[in-house]
Amino acid sequence: MTRRAVARTLVYLSLIAASVVVLLPLIVVLLTSLKTEQETSNDTGALSLPHDLLNFHNYVTAFQDGRMLSAFGNTAFILVVSVGGTVLIGSMTAYAIDRFTFRLKKPVVALFLLAALVPGVTTQVATFRIVTSFGLFDTRWAPIALYMGTDIVSIYIFLQFVRSIPVSLDESARLDGANAFTIYWRIIFPLLKPAIATVVIVKGIAVYNDFYIPFLYMPNQDLGVISTSLFRFKGPFGAHWETISAGAILVILPTLVVFLCLQRYIYNGFTRGATK
Amino acid sequence: MTDTTPKAPERAPAQPPPDAPLPAPAPRGARVRRGLTPWLFLLVPLAFLITFTYAPIVNMLAYSFTDWDGLSPELHYTGIGNYTELFTRPDLFEVFWVSGYYLAASVVQIAVALYFATILSFDVRFRNLFKGVLFFPYLINGVAIGFVFLYFFQDGGTLDSVLALFGVHSGHAWLGTPVSANVSLAGVSVWRYTGLNFVLFLGAIQSIPGELYEAAELDGAGRWQQFRHIIAPGIRPVLSLSVILSVSGSLSVFEIPYVMTGGATGTETFVIQTVKLAFQFNKTGLASAAAVVLLLIILLVTWIQRRLVPDDKVDLV
Repeated sequence: MTRRAVARTLVYLSLIAASVVVLLPLIVVLLTSLKTEQETSNDTGALSLPHDLLNFHNYVTAFQDGRMLSAFGNTAFILVVSVGGTVLIGSMTAYAIDRFTFRLKKPVVALFLLAALVPGVTTQVATFRIVTSFGLFDTRWAPIALYMGTDIVSIYIFLQFVRSIPVSLDESARLDGANAFTIYWRIIFPLLKPAIATVVIVKGIAVYNDFYIPFLYMPNQDLGVISTSLFRFKGPFGAHWETISAGAILVILPTLVVFLCLQRYIYNGFTRGATK
Repeated sequence: MTDTTPKAPERAPAQPPPDAPLPAPAPRGARVRRGLTPWLFLLVPLAFLITFTYAPIVNMLAYSFTDWDGLSPELHYTGIGNYTELFTRPDLFEVFWVSGYYLAASVVQIAVALYFATILSFDVRFRNLFKGVLFFPYLINGVAIGFVFLYFFQDGGTLDSVLALFGVHSGHAWLGTPVSANVSLAGVSVWRYTGLNFVLFLGAIQSIPGELYEAAELDGAGRWQQFRHIIAPGIRPVLSLSVILSVSGSLSVFEIPYVMTGGATGTETFVIQTVKLAFQFNKTGLASAAAVVLLLIILLVTWIQRRLVPDDKVDLV
């Protein structure tokens, strides 16, 4: 029995140790973001508490000089359009592939399948030329087009769900005179809600966090999304760790809120998104 | 994408009942229109797929045999010159060794994730809290993580302060030497990605029916035996998925080292190098060759994984 107790203690100790490793770097940055410039520079140590726990001055600086407000605006716009587009494209593709038999179906499916194996980072050298040739370079439409056009995982997720919707529903609707589009929009699409939730969460977080694509395609400062705007803190705020910390916390905070509110969906979403 | 959505209802009045999975014989004209319906749905997705996935691959292959700088109208066919340069110039080849650090890190990452998934699948207090804490780093923006850990490894930053609490005053510049910098960066990658592996493993373990454990316990099996004979086989597919994600992930590391060191002190990764070649030094040809090599390696790894662990879930047709 005592051996059991020891084992239990060790289990809890390891869990607490892991939590400290995860949380400590974040907490220190949170503390730093509340310090004044003097506090960070006169070397009181990273772990010391700020004098004034309600000193939000650095957040104001981050918002104003760091252009975080327009960054959140740009991110929101790109996020809404590209996630909406992904949902429409993914569900249409899944509907067409699952509910119709047509010539060349196999090659089409193979094209989508193969694309899932190609990691986006590898092809940007050439994608860049194509995006530029459409005149999309340095516009918000470049990331939108890329996010919408290269998401195969969401097609998988939708396909799984479309399959689970009984074909008899389509058939009875068709007997009532509905055409293919009405069936898709009125019957299939509303029933896809769980899949849509999954795709919105997984895709939304991916878009919110992406740095690579906005960094490559939108060098214009006015088009900064949160990742690229935060990245630009590195120059002007060089050694001003209190401002950089405030910027980082500003970016992390929405993620934390979304995570706390949607925990269950997020776990399910990532499990589904990764294993399919 | 918005342009097809209105298109479909316009056609609606003329349209016959669309195709069922088992098509019945129909008049010729109706059949043609029926054959068109799926293409209306696929038009936009296919256009995107070809423009942004397949066209780049084809172009990239073509560029990789040339000396194009990405700007001038002039380009010369150079055969496999770019590829030989890639494998013979030591400074270009070095990035592969950097991937080694991240590969080693992903072994640690999978082991840690597996350990915590196993303990948290049993009855533990504050289970959801621990689960959330372990998973949360995966959701955080990469640039923010980069800054958090720049401060962490900074001289007199979080790590030094914690060590000082234990009486260790190393004065070591964590990001100062290639080995130390790469180990630190790989450590950040473990911090960031363990959560995903952990949640995947936990999901797989929890989908194992509970009666199996009860039966095993009745037969007198201990925790370790339960792990070996019940949990391990149950998570094999997810484990193999994690391995392949790790391999392709370690080859395509970009954000963390780019934000933290910019690729300095020997921390340049394959993707950083490719981005620099293509967009700073205008060596589109050479960069394309590098990207082709990376793509081939990742396809090869995926193929090996599919051969070793046949995955019956991938039956799309």
